[in-house]
Amino acid sequence: MPIGPYQQPLAFVAEGGEVDNYRVAEPRPRPEPAGLKLRDIEKRFGDNRVLRGIDLDVPAGQFIAIVGKSGCGKSTLLRLLVGLDTQSEGEITFHDRGGQPIVPNARIVFQEPRLLPWFDVADNVVVGLGEGAPKSEARRLAEEALAEVQLAEKARAWPSQLSGGQRQRVALARALVSRPGLLALDEPLGALDALTRISMQTLLTRVWRELGFSAVLVTHDVAEAVHLADRVIVLDEGRIKLDLEIPHPHPRKRGDPQLAELEGRFLSAILGD
Amino acid sequence: MTTVDILEARHPVRGVKRRQVSLPSISRQHYMPYLLPLAIVLLWQLASSAGWISDRIMPSPLKVVAAFSEVAASGQLAHDVAVSGARALSGLLIGGSIGFLLGIANGVSKLSEQLTDTTLQMLRTIPHLAMIPLVILWFGIGEEAKLFLTSLGVLFPVYLNTYHGVRNVDRDLIEMGRIYGMSGWSLFRKVIFPGALPSIFVGLRYALGIMWLTLIVSESIAASSGIGHMANTAREFMMTDVVVLSLVIYAVLGKLADVIARALERWALSWNAAYQG
Ligand SMILES: Nc1ncnc2c1ncn2[C@@H]1O[C@H](COP(=O)(O)OP(=O)(O)OP(=O)(O)O)[C@@H](O)[C@H]1O
Ligand SMILES: [Mg+2]
Repeated sequence: MPIGPYQQPLAFVAEGGEVDNYRVAEPRPRPEPAGLKLRDIEKRFGDNRVLRGIDLDVPAGQFIAIVGKSGCGKSTLLRLLVGLDTQSEGEITFHDRGGQPIVPNARIVFQEPRLLPWFDVADNVVVGLGEGAPKSEARRLAEEALAEVQLAEKARAWPSQLSGGQRQRVALARALVSRPGLLALDEPLGALDALTRISMQTLLTRVWRELGFSAVLVTHDVAEAVHLADRVIVLDEGRIKLDLEIPHPHPRKRGDPQLAELEGRFLSAILGD
Repeated sequence: MTTVDILEARHPVRGVKRRQVSLPSISRQHYMPYLLPLAIVLLWQLASSAGWISDRIMPSPLKVVAAFSEVAASGQLAHDVAVSGARALSGLLIGGSIGFLLGIANGVSKLSEQLTDTTLQMLRTIPHLAMIPLVILWFGIGEEAKLFLTSLGVLFPVYLNTYHGVRNVDRDLIEMGRIYGMSGWSLFRKVIFPGALPSIFVGLRYALGIMWLTLIVSESIAASSGIGHMANTAREFMMTDVVVLSLVIYAVLGKLADVIARALERWALSWNAAYQG
């Protein structure tokens, strides 16, 4: 992607009065989770219709997972949600718990942590506060966010000194430090080994329950989707093929037979049999 | 041999290996690089003393050292080194700044790139020393001519590497910066410039070499002060030792510039795993 005109994301924390939130002494306010309403979304790249006729309602605070074959449009949908791209047709609106329209503070975590190698870990998290955050306060909030992902002791390390899982935790802290109302995750654990994935899943569940944001997780791992999400959506060639709630309370047991059964249903929906 | 006698006399304890006696604080990696130059100088001195090499062609190292203390004592050397150093630095500053700014502009702005890159790439293929006759016609043999040539020589490596560095900053990091609200100056300061820095340093170190080269050539063609002038005057009086001395001084200055650049690089890129000790 060349450097050039760029679609501005929907909203940033540093804009307007939100800066005042930095000064609020503990406990920090929980974010206002953002509910989503997608109506008849279509996204085309040239002649390629990547998303078509997507209707989706996500209540504020819900954790949804999107699964589907490679190339079915998961990342594209996620980028629309956080305003990294605009839909060709249709409308996306956000609302609070009471249904009132809001401009959400949306954040996204990618498969690659995308840390700045020339900033130490805490300064990388400071980036998450946006521009114009007061310096010393920003550093303090960053260290707090690092503690939330159990990396407080690495605040002064360089990213190159961390393991892959630790880097991804820094990326998560950077996304969470501004207390987003909506967190989009694009295969955030895709590059991690099995054991690290499990502990990261536990961490994700924990911060989501503590902070109460709405979460949209894209993953190719159906077991992960079923383990983490309130609701799993199967995307197939740009359409929603299956949309099921997972009512089991958190934390969920691995190997639960009911969850395994659900997992099977999603898998066969994805594979198309 | 005597050394051994002395050492053993000081360490009469039996069983002490001679290896332990040798200076332990200087590690091998520190002295190894200097062994070869030292051997060459020794050989050179031997050949001169034995009369194999005529002083007319190549003065012995000792003669060069003598020439050094003579020129240094008169204060001439310090003056010439200062003049040459100032020329080199101002050329680097002017040419380097222009190259740097153009590299940044063309890396960041499509418009600027379309306007100037092709022209710069064309100019780059002209060996800048080929401009000497023209430069003398323009500026005569004054300071401007040397400043112009050095700046021109330094400009292109700095331009190319800065441009290349900016263009190759990880697109994902730039997208990340924008997602978090960076734009314009803050995006440049936090993402683009640090990302391009390793490449900019490559350009700087390359430019340093060109800087000395240009200076040597232009000083020996036309100058009334500076190391090149010192060498030229010495040539007229057949003082080979001073000519060789000026070569040695260029080598030392060149090495010094490189050492400073490396130290700067180490400091600025300490985040880079390749520079972590
Ligand atoms: N910027 C773009 N320009 C053109 N086509 C694009 C662009 N981004 C995505 N596409 C196309 O849209 C389709 C869906 O891509 P997307 O990245 O959303 O898939 P995905 O479901 O995330 O796949 P994966 O699981 O492999 O990440 C693909 O066919 C891709 O080629
Ligand atoms: Mg994807």
